[in-house]
Amino acid sequence: MTYEIERDQALKLLHQMLRIRRFEEKSVELYSQMKIRGFLHLYIGEEAVAVGALQALTPEDAIVGTYREHGHALVRGTPMGSLMAELYGKATGCSRGRGGSMHFFDASRRFYGGLAIVGAGFPIAVGLGLADKLQSKPRVTACFFGDGAVAEGEFHESLNLAALWKVPVLFLCENNLYAMGTALARHQAQTDIAMKAAGYGIAGQTVDGMDVLAVRDATMKAAEAVRKGQGPQFLEFRTYRFRAHSMYDPDLYRNKEEIEQWKEHDPIPTFIGRLREWKCLTDEDVAKIEADVAAEVEKAVAFAEAGPWEPVEDLLKDVYTPVPDRGRTKC
Amino acid sequence: MVKTTYREAVREGLREALLRDPRVFLMGEDVGRYGGAYACSRGLLEEFGPDRIRDTPLSESTFVGAGIGAALGGMRPIVEVMTVNFSLLALDQIVNNAATFRHMSGGQFSIPLVVRMATGAGRQIAAQHSHSLEGWYAHVPGITVLTPATVTDAKGMLLTALTTPDPVFIFEHAFLYPMEGELDENAGPVDISQAVVRRTGKDLSLITFGGSLWKALEAADRLATEGIETEVIDLRVLRPLDRPTILTSVAKTHRALIVDEGWRTGSFAAEISAQIMEGGFYSLDVPVARLCSAEVPMPYPKHLEDAALPSVEGIVQAAQKLVGGS
Repeated sequence: MTYEIERDQALKLLHQMLRIRRFEEKSVELYSQMKIRGFLHLYIGEEAVAVGALQALTPEDAIVGTYREHGHALVRGTPMGSLMAELYGKATGCSRGRGGSMHFFDASRRFYGGLAIVGAGFPIAVGLGLADKLQSKPRVTACFFGDGAVAEGEFHESLNLAALWKVPVLFLCENNLYAMGTALARHQAQTDIAMKAAGYGIAGQTVDGMDVLAVRDATMKAAEAVRKGQGPQFLEFRTYRFRAHSMYDPDLYRNKEEIEQWKEHDPIPTFIGRLREWKCLTDEDVAKIEADVAAEVEKAVAFAEAGPWEPVEDLLKDVYTPVPDRGRTKC
Repeated sequence: MVKTTYREAVREGLREALLRDPRVFLMGEDVGRYGGAYACSRGLLEEFGPDRIRDTPLSESTFVGAGIGAALGGMRPIVEVMTVNFSLLALDQIVNNAATFRHMSGGQFSIPLVVRMATGAGRQIAAQHSHSLEGWYAHVPGITVLTPATVTDAKGMLLTALTTPDPVFIFEHAFLYPMEGELDENAGPVDISQAVVRRTGKDLSLITFGGSLWKALEAADRLATEGIETEVIDLRVLRPLDRPTILTSVAKTHRALIVDEGWRTGSFAAEISAQIMEGGFYSLDVPVARLCSAEVPMPYPKHLEDAALPSVEGIVQAAQKLVGGS
């Protein structure tokens, strides 16, 4: 398969993938230093999906993510410092430190989580799409989910409703072959996920999720179809996570050979190799990107370190929206 | 004042809401062509069209979640869930999304969503359509829980709920739909922050909500013939709870009987009782009493269903015991 790509665009994609990789490698280090606690689900290995797919979105579009959403938030443009501060639980975090790794939110960029109940994002995405449709807003909602989520009832309910109401939603499956520790073939009778979409009258397509250009091009095309009013579209990206499910996972359910085999398709070195082959990239380019990313990560950590904790007095703040005379009426 | 049914009052509320605000739309199972399982939306499809009166598939979790998404996207959705028992299929969306989004995101999002559903027993529809689970919902911070018992509240609470920036759950007791009441021609939004004293009295506070209000008022009439003056409090709002109205009443009457159609163990009545212990213990002449549903799945035959529910007779007897026991 051949792709058209400008050098600037290529460098940008590489830069974004490296930002995710280095941000997460740093977060592992900080986890072992106990700066970060709770669950930490790493995206390492899957970077090409978020980076490629988000090229198809405009700032007006919406994203509904999962608990493995560090990459999506980074590519969306939420400052790395506020994401690192969120991992720390600091008040300067993108969710005021209240969410942590699994609950990144950014209203200004229409980033609706960071949702940690598998499958729970589907209905939200359908609703966002419905709102756009009813208000005649030409926007797209990108709904990310993993292969594990296709076992949830909400997957089936929401695909049906999205197709029935022709809402402008892009369903983007990040199939990393494991629902936590359960391999796809051990939880799905039909392992062809795109075929399930066809059951709801949605054209599904399977894409190499380790190839950032393949992801970009497929998502661009699908987003275009959504924008043209053709209703929801569905893409399944075949990908793989190189790290365990979370920091608590001893990774006993996969063999080392399988992981090593997938690492040969690591989206970053393979993309670098290809760009070199195309004479699009020099060693200096890579060194410069790495240096920029290292500096950004370092700055993000410093920002997180310096940030304040939310005062305990604010514990109950924002359970409800502050409004004067809530529930009272003069009528 | 005009005579109207509770069902008609809900319908008027829906209609007025749809007329007032183009962002409002109604969705749920059979709200359109069928006219609503309890006929609350009859005629609205014809008047407002299929974009605003949306029949949904039988996918409670998804259409409640889509309500959350639509609210986030700038709309003012009203979602009808056919009964409280079915709402359990949407509990994940309600508890994990609707109630958490604002706090979990550091205050970035509000979800102006209204969900209405029928609750309660009394129509011989057995163990999967008859329960009163609004007390469960009241356990969850981040949402507002309303139990309109009058025609004025049936219409007005809906209108006020739609001006609230956070999720509001309205529990309409199914037994009330055909009930008639007086509705002001200009009836509009009503307060949804306070309980209301529906009858004043000095001997006993009868604290209740929803469908049980009418049993409590009937019991109070009977008790009055025996010289027992009962104060009847309609809680109206289960969350946030209006403690002052309860405690003020108990401070006056020194006796409290709570009537709750939910099961006794872990009931909303237990919460009210605890609030009285914490805030009004020294006002009490006798221990707080509760009258709740029997702890069984609701049986089908009428005599057993009646036996499982709080009754007027049961309230009268409990009240007599409480007053006589001081």
